[in-house]
Amino acid sequence: MKNTTQRLAFLGVFSAFAIILSFVESLLPPIWSAVPGIKMGLPNIIIIFLLYRFSIKEAATVSFIRLLTVVLLFGNAMTFLYSLSGAVLSLTVMWLLKKTNHFSVVGVSISGGVCHNLGQIIAAVFLLGTKEIGFYMPVLTVSGTVAGIFVGFCGIILLKYTAEFKF
Amino acid sequence: MKSRFKNDIMLVSIILVVALILFLFFKFSLKTGDMVVISINGETAFKLPLNTDTEKTVKSELGENVILIKGGIAQIISADCRDKICVHHEAISKSGETIVCLPHKLVVVINGEEET
Ligand SMILES: [Zn+2]
Repeated sequence: MKNTTQRLAFLGVFSAFAIILSFVESLLPPIWSAVPGIKMGLPNIIIIFLLYRFSIKEAATVSFIRLLTVVLLFGNAMTFLYSLSGAVLSLTVMWLLKKTNHFSVVGVSISGGVCHNLGQIIAAVFLLGTKEIGFYMPVLTVSGTVAGIFVGFCGIILLKYTAEFKF
Repeated sequence: MKSRFKNDIMLVSIILVVALILFLFFKFSLKTGDMVVISINGETAFKLPLNTDTEKTVKSELGENVILIKGGIAQIISADCRDKICVHHEAISKSGETIVCLPHKLVVVINGEEET
């Protein structure tokens, strides 16, 4: 990106996309209400896109802005730590896996989906002081994988159709 | 390209195997519990026997949850939290099973405190 203004506008637009996707996701009926935290991870489509088209910097910035906005609108201090932990772990692992160059967009996205749930569980164990929450881990691992596959394919489509677009 | 696809499949396989192992671990370490332990903010607030039908309203500065124990199962029947995830959670009865209300920092667990 050429200059600061362009960069700011760009990050703003993509943050808005990510926030809209969070909102859309919150409107969808829960897939399986017995287990908290099962989500499609739609905003991760934007994060994957930024990670591949630009760099970890853009992906992390937008991820953080989205998280902060969503928590300010719908959450509290607890959900902030919970979401932050998921987002940081997910983005770090996706970034590292992408760097190895051994996995496709879908593989990277799957690792992101699983780590997002894992990070949230780890935060919940510390915040609530109960290790029994680990009980949710198997089902959240599988749901993270399924969500990651979906998000990965969406990411591929998005990357493909914007390949010629100059930002 | 092809080897990346293979690596993806391998990654998914490893993840699923780990999930399966965890699932089996939890499944076989579960026994039918006999106590309902309610904790707020990581500290045990109440312990109630699972075989006595009761309705308990748990209040804290974060909010209120109503826990119903009936017929050997426990569930949260109402709460004033924002997400209502705890209310939608199915009833629990087996050792280690948990209902969490994250906004209220409330955890309901069957037989939770035995080891500690
Ligand atoms: Zn709740």
